[in-house]
Amino acid sequence: MNLNNRYHRQAILPEIGEEGQKKLSESKVLVIGAGGLGCPVLQYLTAAGIGTIGIIDFDVVETSNLHRQILYGENLLGKNKALAAKNRLTDLNPEITINAYPEKLTTKNALSLFAQYDIIVDGTDNFSTRYLINDACVIAKKPLVYGAIFKFEGQVSVFNHQNGPSYRCLFPSPPKAGSVPSCAEIGVLGVLPGIIGSMQANEVLKIILDLGDILSGKLLMYDTLMSKFSTFSVNRVSSEISKVLAIADTFESVDYDLFCGIKQVTEITAQEAFLIRNAQFIDVRETHELPKIESLDPIYIPLGELKEQIKTIDKEKETIVFCQSGIRSKKAIEILEENGFKNVSHVKGGAIMLSEYPIVNEV
Amino acid sequence: MQLTIKYFGMLAETTKVSEEKLHTDTCTVAQLVEKLKQQYPKLNDTDFKIAIDQQLVGLNHNISTEAEVALLPPFAGG
Repeated sequence: MNLNNRYHRQAILPEIGEEGQKKLSESKVLVIGAGGLGCPVLQYLTAAGIGTIGIIDFDVVETSNLHRQILYGENLLGKNKALAAKNRLTDLNPEITINAYPEKLTTKNALSLFAQYDIIVDGTDNFSTRYLINDACVIAKKPLVYGAIFKFEGQVSVFNHQNGPSYRCLFPSPPKAGSVPSCAEIGVLGVLPGIIGSMQANEVLKIILDLGDILSGKLLMYDTLMSKFSTFSVNRVSSEISKVLAIADTFESVDYDLFCGIKQVTEITAQEAFLIRNAQFIDVRETHELPKIESLDPIYIPLGELKEQIKTIDKEKETIVFCQSGIRSKKAIEILEENGFKNVSHVKGGAIMLSEYPIVNEV
Repeated sequence: MQLTIKYFGMLAETTKVSEEKLHTDTCTVAQLVEKLKQQYPKLNDTDFKIAIDQQLVGLNHNISTEAEVALLPPFAGG
């Protein structure tokens, strides 16, 4: 190989070689979010010669981004990040294909987009998108390179890789809305996403080149103040994977803001019911009515007994009621709200709709 | 037996310590979490997972020997 070749210094590594370089050039990686984590991921993957890189981000560059989102400068303020990143990266390496998607990742575009790539990188900054990405990766069977930060600490892992665990196997349900502050609320030193994003890029390269130990089944935590790494083993939880596969056919209509408690409504669909797991479910049908929806582990209280038994239910918890078809459960909402329950909803179509979402066996 | 409890991320701010020792009898993870929540009521407002000796475990896991217990919260930032 020519000494002046762009990839010479990595290709002379015997572990990589021209063959490894060819693998990189044939790979397709989608980076979601071109922010603090996304910038270093994109820079290193572009420089390393990944053949096709997708960048999806709806956001625009702001002055407050510049201390950590090192792809951008003053001249890009107000520009869409996916397009701005593409411009800068094309200069860094014009030999690769870069696809910019200046839009929001949604349940509508996720599956068709993921299908075009081999590896998905999560560089987002909120739980509803993180769960959306995880679920879409499980459904589309794509490995997910995860990174997340909080103040001076970061997390890195690889999910859904060769039958490894998913993000839900680690954190099955999102934290209470507003309980975990974002970088915008609590602050971040620019170097931290630089470190964590670089580690994500490293995992991407390891997966493609089949090098070393992939961080699959492991959660790596890094504390920048103590300069300390800690690694934790995470097991695959089949029931978590099955729950996601069970909504595969209706994934496009799942509302992840609702699932993460960012939005409150009084009526949810059957598939959303299966995804919301911090909630307590109440089956207000008579005891003989079928089918039982055991997978939701409901409390059984027939509507007629609800007032008497109301003291046995935890008022503070998010509560979801259902009946056979969604009529009695509406009445139950009124009773619960009259008795001081604040976060109550019911399942549209009731048990009839719920029974159409069996927990499928894992493939 | 003696446990070493480690608090990560915002949990260290909630408890105001990043690491401490705790003496306890054999217990389940759920019982340990209850004990910690009594000591630090603010833990009730946060979500976290438990690792025993660097292995994520469920609430029914039994703790019967000296161990390192890590409380791991999810991070959102990027």
